[in-house]
Amino acid sequence: MARTVTTQRKSLNTAIAWGIGLLIFFPVLWTILTSFKTEAEAIADPPVFLFFDWTLENYAVVQERSDYMRFLWNSVIIAGVSTLVGIVVAVPAAWSMAFVPSKRTKDVLLWMLSTKMLPAVGALYPIYLIFIELGLLDTRTGLVIVMMLINLPIIVWMLYTYFREIPGEILEAARMDGATLRSEIIHVLTPMAVPGIASTILLNFILAWNEAFWTLNLTAAQSGPLTAFIASYSSPEGLFYAKLSAASTMAIAPILILGWFSQKQLVRGLTFGAVK
Amino acid sequence: MGHIVLDNVKKSFGDITVIPPLDLQIEDGEFVVFVGPSGCGKSTLLRLIAGLEDVSSGTIRIDGQDSTAVPPAKRGLAMVFQSYALYPHMTVRKNICFPLRMAKLDKAEQDRRVEQAAAVLNLTEYLDRRPGQLSGGQRQRVAIGRAIVREPAAFLFDEPLSNLDAALRVGMRLEISELHERLKTTMIYVTHDQVEAMTMADKIVVLQAGIIEQVGSPLELYRTPRNRFVAGFIGSPKMNFLEGPEAAKHDARTIGVRPEHITPSPSEGVWKGRVGVSEHLGSDTFFHVHMEGCAEPITVRSGGEVDMHHGDAIYMTPDPGHIHRFDGEGLRIA
Repeated sequence: MARTVTTQRKSLNTAIAWGIGLLIFFPVLWTILTSFKTEAEAIADPPVFLFFDWTLENYAVVQERSDYMRFLWNSVIIAGVSTLVGIVVAVPAAWSMAFVPSKRTKDVLLWMLSTKMLPAVGALYPIYLIFIELGLLDTRTGLVIVMMLINLPIIVWMLYTYFREIPGEILEAARMDGATLRSEIIHVLTPMAVPGIASTILLNFILAWNEAFWTLNLTAAQSGPLTAFIASYSSPEGLFYAKLSAASTMAIAPILILGWFSQKQLVRGLTFGAVK
Repeated sequence: MGHIVLDNVKKSFGDITVIPPLDLQIEDGEFVVFVGPSGCGKSTLLRLIAGLEDVSSGTIRIDGQDSTAVPPAKRGLAMVFQSYALYPHMTVRKNICFPLRMAKLDKAEQDRRVEQAAAVLNLTEYLDRRPGQLSGGQRQRVAIGRAIVREPAAFLFDEPLSNLDAALRVGMRLEISELHERLKTTMIYVTHDQVEAMTMADKIVVLQAGIIEQVGSPLELYRTPRNRFVAGFIGSPKMNFLEGPEAAKHDARTIGVRPEHITPSPSEGVWKGRVGVSEHLGSDTFFHVHMEGCAEPITVRSGGEVDMHHGDAIYMTPDPGHIHRFDGEGLRIA
């Protein structure tokens, strides 16, 4: 029997949901609003909410002072290439764990995930030294490698979950039909897993885009992505809230738009397996 | 060509032996059915032949060549799966064409073979649909189409009809038999349904717990089952078994009589009992008779309509020429 929900109850639930939603979204909204204020209004007490002189001055200053497009391009390259390389590495790995599991498969999966439990700063020193040695410091290549490696466990886990949902008989049928391992993965497994692979790509792109620890520590002027761009505005000579907000807004805008358009895919990706 | 020989083939999963060493010979062009209760190892045996499972020991020879270590793709066999295992992202045409693409046949030959297979299986008008848009029977035909375009040495069927409803099953059974008549290719067919086995096979292999109980033509198995298991498994409804004094009269531990070899009568006969359930089908009538000294009810079949019902006294006469005798080990006494 379906549970009956009264109209009042529904309205209450809706109000609570909106309340929580707004609370979570408020800092982002505040950042966006602040980016249109003057520096004086940005630190005014009591704070002004909507009624101030809207100005684009901060954006002009930010664009003038630093080359936004270069940071944006670095972000796109680092997030995009690291995700794609990660997928290419992870598909065969997830395939073998999903379809030819061994006794140790579960352990390997858990071990991979456990690397995510290590505080990143614990690995900073050795990686920093390796980067100096290999001349990778402040290069996009270096960051692509690090991003790919730190997100690999998540990519493998997500793909593994998707692959597990694909009936093994279909792959066996491909084998009987004369497919080599390579064509089995390219012609049968991958097309069937496209929705899963798409949401994996999307989620990892977002994770790599927002990653700040490694990008801040391993880059300087040359290869900094948008996270470094934001950080460059929290300068020791005093905080310019309005300009910082403008920089932040410019940095999060692309990913926010991407996320908005791919909501459906993302939700499916995050809840996959929970509901069929 | 499709001559398959299993020599001392054994399969274990870890410490558990699913198939103790067995020998089996399948002639070129034969329709062989592996039948047995679930878990008897019949599907595993098929998968060993297909190459989808590795044998633990022994050899498999296909057309004289040792194929034990040959990967499935290279064995020249085609398989139809229980779940059809169609590629959901491809159209029917692409599904059927897939093995040809993998074999890198030229495009014109691919098209020709796909069209031909589609015509044989009545799939021409569905070629551009996806598997999701087809009914169960049509999907099954696509799976068969994908198998026949390769012109394999042998077809392997793994319970291909068990997902279909009863009416469709009968239809597909006939289609597969006709296909075999036309192609004359070796077919190995796995089923737990002894009616499918009896109607389709040239040769039936009865399996139990990984052991081959008997190999023979359907009527050989029906007429001279080697042991009690085969006697009870082949034939529908199953054979009646009697022990004790009735069996002793025939110098046996157990005797078996098929329901169709017992003549019922309301007035006279060798055995007396009382009708439990009676099933009146018009063409046949089945009685489940409770007889003193018998733990299980005895099933009796009579052709046409017979006017006896629940609770009536019934007399039964077994046909003396059709009494099967078994010894203490359950083996047939000649």
